[in-house]
Amino acid sequence: MTKLISQRAIASLLSLLGLLVLVFFLSRLTGDPAALFLPIDATEEMKAQFRAINGLDLPLIEQFGRYVWDFIHLDFGESLRKARPAIDVVLEAYAWTFPLALITMALVIVASIVLGALAAFNVGGFFDRLVSIVSLIGASAPDFWIAIVAIVIFSINLAWLPTSGVGTPWHWIMPIGVLFIRPFGLIVQVVRGSMLAALTAPYVKTARAKGVRNLPIIFVHTLRNAMLPVITVIGDQAAAMLNGAVIVETIFGFPGIGKLMIDSILQRDFNVVLAAIMVTAIAIFLMNILIDIAYGLLDPRIRH
Amino acid sequence: MADALLSVQNLSVDFHTVRGTVHAVRNVSWSINRGETLAVLGESGSGKSVSASAVMNILDIPPAQIVGGEILFEGKNLLAMSNEQRRAINGKRIAMIFQDPLSHLNPVYPVGWQISEMMTAHGRPADEARARTLELLGRVGIPEPENAVRKYPHQFSGGQRQRLMIAMALALKPDILIADEPTTALDVTIQADVLALLKELQAETGMGLVLITHDLGVVAEIADRVVVMSNGEIVEQGSVRDVYHAPQHPYTQKLIAAAPGKGDIRILAPDLPVLLEARKLCKVYGRFTALQDVSITLARGQSLAVVGESGSGKSTLARSILRLEEADSGEAFWKGQDLLKMSHRELLGVRRQIQMVFQDPTQSLNPRMSVYQLISEGWDIHNLVPDRAQRQQRVRELLEQVGLSAEHATRYPHQFSGGQRQRIAIARALALEPELIICDEAVSALDVSIQAQVIALLDDLRQRLGISFLFIAHDLGVVRDFADTVIVMKSGEIVERGPTEQIFSAPSHPYTQRLLAAALDPDPDVQAKRRIALAQA
Amino acid sequence: MSDLSTVTPAPSEKQRTWPLVSMLWRDKLAFVSALVLVVIVLFAIFGPMLLGDLATSQNLRGRNSPPFDLARGWAFILGGDSLGRPMLARLIVAARSTMLVAAGTVAVAMIVGATLGLLAGYLGKHVSQAIMRLADVIMSFPSLLIAVIVLYVLGPSIPNMILVLAITRIPIYLRTTRAEVLEVRQRMFVQAAVVMGASNGRIILRHILPVVAPTLVTIATLDFAFVMLAESSLSFLGIGIQPPDITWGLMVSQGRPYLTTAWWLAFWPGLLIVITTLSLNLLSNWMRVALDPAQRWRLEARSTANG
Repeated sequence: MTKLISQRAIASLLSLLGLLVLVFFLSRLTGDPAALFLPIDATEEMKAQFRAINGLDLPLIEQFGRYVWDFIHLDFGESLRKARPAIDVVLEAYAWTFPLALITMALVIVASIVLGALAAFNVGGFFDRLVSIVSLIGASAPDFWIAIVAIVIFSINLAWLPTSGVGTPWHWIMPIGVLFIRPFGLIVQVVRGSMLAALTAPYVKTARAKGVRNLPIIFVHTLRNAMLPVITVIGDQAAAMLNGAVIVETIFGFPGIGKLMIDSILQRDFNVVLAAIMVTAIAIFLMNILIDIAYGLLDPRIRH
Repeated sequence: MADALLSVQNLSVDFHTVRGTVHAVRNVSWSINRGETLAVLGESGSGKSVSASAVMNILDIPPAQIVGGEILFEGKNLLAMSNEQRRAINGKRIAMIFQDPLSHLNPVYPVGWQISEMMTAHGRPADEARARTLELLGRVGIPEPENAVRKYPHQFSGGQRQRLMIAMALALKPDILIADEPTTALDVTIQADVLALLKELQAETGMGLVLITHDLGVVAEIADRVVVMSNGEIVEQGSVRDVYHAPQHPYTQKLIAAAPGKGDIRILAPDLPVLLEARKLCKVYGRFTALQDVSITLARGQSLAVVGESGSGKSTLARSILRLEEADSGEAFWKGQDLLKMSHRELLGVRRQIQMVFQDPTQSLNPRMSVYQLISEGWDIHNLVPDRAQRQQRVRELLEQVGLSAEHATRYPHQFSGGQRQRIAIARALALEPELIICDEAVSALDVSIQAQVIALLDDLRQRLGISFLFIAHDLGVVRDFADTVIVMKSGEIVERGPTEQIFSAPSHPYTQRLLAAALDPDPDVQAKRRIALAQA
Repeated sequence: MSDLSTVTPAPSEKQRTWPLVSMLWRDKLAFVSALVLVVIVLFAIFGPMLLGDLATSQNLRGRNSPPFDLARGWAFILGGDSLGRPMLARLIVAARSTMLVAAGTVAVAMIVGATLGLLAGYLGKHVSQAIMRLADVIMSFPSLLIAVIVLYVLGPSIPNMILVLAITRIPIYLRTTRAEVLEVRQRMFVQAAVVMGASNGRIILRHILPVVAPTLVTIATLDFAFVMLAESSLSFLGIGIQPPDITWGLMVSQGRPYLTTAWWLAFWPGLLIVITTLSLNLLSNWMRVALDPAQRWRLEARSTANG
């Protein structure tokens, strides 16, 4: 088990390194990195000054060395917009996105396991069809469109919920609701399929021949086996939640990492973009390890 | 009959599939009392497991539907009981074990917990269940029970897993144990041990044993009475001896006649030229030695059998000679040239001369190719038989040669039965006019009656076309019928070799002796004599 | 010779010619989905040719005109946009670039991914490992963020969009292909071909690819929906397709300021995205069963049961 996790950790570190190299060369690819880092209306003198300060006139390999060195110290330079260290700006934004993602993911996991399992027991029935249709629509709908339709209905027409900002708990309802839809649609389908497969497994026959009651067969024998493929999808969707966060936070004016990323890109604050990418990569790396541990806890065949 | 402990009476079960309704069993009746052993014998698709599943309430309904009959247990109809009442009987009064214990044990829970659950599910306190689990594991011969309870199913061997299933089934001392093909996936020596264990436990507890099997040998070894099933109906029943010696129904007669290991033993003609000679082949996978200094010689027209249990290295030997796997060291001379040192171009020429027939024709035939494409593919590869009309003619001839007909050429593998598919695979091998055919367990996936037909076909080809055979098998009866020379392998090494006659009548190595002693004869009298001899030894 | 008696009859001539279409007809939901997709593709191909001028001609009197009002002609049945252009014509023209980006991305990703996957499955351990690690790097990062960053550096345009989105989707095809190749390679019929002397090329093309292809087509259908959503998200955020080019995602974005006064500007294009992706999802679900020979009987057999 520890061997598996350390293997995965090394693989993830390699991925991180790959990402570092990718970002470095992408930022140098445009010919003049100064144009990326500075505002569009920057003068030639500002650019020259910028190159000298940031060592952009040094040989490429030395630049890369400095870049990696700074990365290890989480030093991504200053945010142009806010005149503060980029890393502080990013961590502040994460303090908003993290609870948003965590609450949403918790709701997604609970809802999709309960509804997916119930649909599987009732396969072919009304409830099963309902869950299938809802989940398909959920997985197919563009989140930005759902978000603005929700604003039209709940904020403009009904005036129940605020359109943007983070002042009260009411502000969280629509972001969570919109962020919930796609991962829920995808995961509930996986739970249903996996549960259906597990319910026909031979060990379920054994349990029935032993005289085990239905509830333990479903929740003790089957669910744990059915969770294995679900865990993988939950991991993928947790990482993909940042895709959703970009959209949802931009629309609802939620001051998290997604909105920060888009604002920084539109306003050419490249240091913040860089810091955001790296912090995100580290967060995903940690999450993957959690997923591996969950896997090992559920399945002894992986542990050994 | 009516006052038997458990009796199935006129049971009929339909399966509603999307292709229409299949009558899985019709009017099936059998009964069993404590202390008795009843065998339900049948080939695949005969419906032999259906009535037992109905007893245990584990038929999948739908697609299955019980359309008639009763199942009486202590005089009360199980089919009229509530699920809760039947749950109380399952495991406690009637228990069941299955063919494939790996998939029938839950992979994510320790085996100790799974055995204890049998008892806690029926209201026994947890500490009592734990103590009894340890006792049971010791009884069925699992080493170190204290450690074993914490292990998971994948950490045991196949034979041990079946012992665990038996321990679980016997936890509450049921009156009846139903065993569905309990030894089919096991090696012969382990099969013998498991059957012996079942018999001992039956003597201890006095339970009734219902054994579902396709194997006449298992019936002869263990059963008192037998029920023979074919196409969902009981065609014959009676005491094992009566049914074996005086079968009434044509199906039973055919089945008994098809049992392997009764024909004349073949004698190898002397002084044939050597075709293949392998010297000191070695192959190691990590810590596992698959081949250790294995040397064989095969003459033109000879049929050499390689016998061994799983993990003995017999398949690796075949695969190394064919270069499907690269041997670590050694030589393999084909007409004087070393196969293992050949370049790909040289090898291509030899590939025509050596063909292979695999175990499972369902997997060895590409499902997306028609029979015509399958058979003619070799000609494409080797640029043979370019003329289209000539090809069609040859395919027709080959199909007829293996007992199929010309119109089958346009069909696809899934439209054929298992035995027919193996005939197609043989026709494909013959298309290249090989001098040697390697058969890797080529008949072991087939039903006994079809097995006999395929063996007869191979034998006919050998006589008419002079093809040599390297015949990999674990079934001694089949080997006895087909081979003129036998090699016995164990743990990657050859332990004994000699003419078939000598191996079967006077085996010298203890392992060969054990293998022969463990093999089950379909004749209950022969089996009884062996049992006595074994008990005395 | 009892084993000769059970040959399944050969399928009738008609079934053999149109097996997939007749199977599709039996599953009404999948059939409707396929029909919807065909209509959308036809509009995307021929629509701009027929409606190009209509979609760009501004009509100040038709500004934000409400839908379901035939006073200004059929083109305004879905309303007019903020410059008085008919929504229906705009939607049809936008279908082209929406489909173009998605189809281009899926084609590039599938061809590159499947080729790399075949290589990774068939070549030595080291090449395979290197390719897989690269896929891991891409997979481990949220695709939208990769696209955002790359488009930031390279600048938004249709070819760049296709390039970026394809890069984020290649690992899906690569992993699937490799996993299937590794599995199929072990199957006995491939071993049988090796024994007959078949070359690597023949084994890949004749034996492995036909088994892998249906899975790839199924994934591509599902992926088409995913890519469409990704493209519309990027266009919505303003870093995707730029005006005067137009896609449905961009139309939603352009309609956003008018939510309170003219909801239809953002509603129709979004609805079209939902309908298209939903159809793709439904069709992909059907294909998963229909193209798998092990499961196909479920669909084929239903007809015989129904007569």
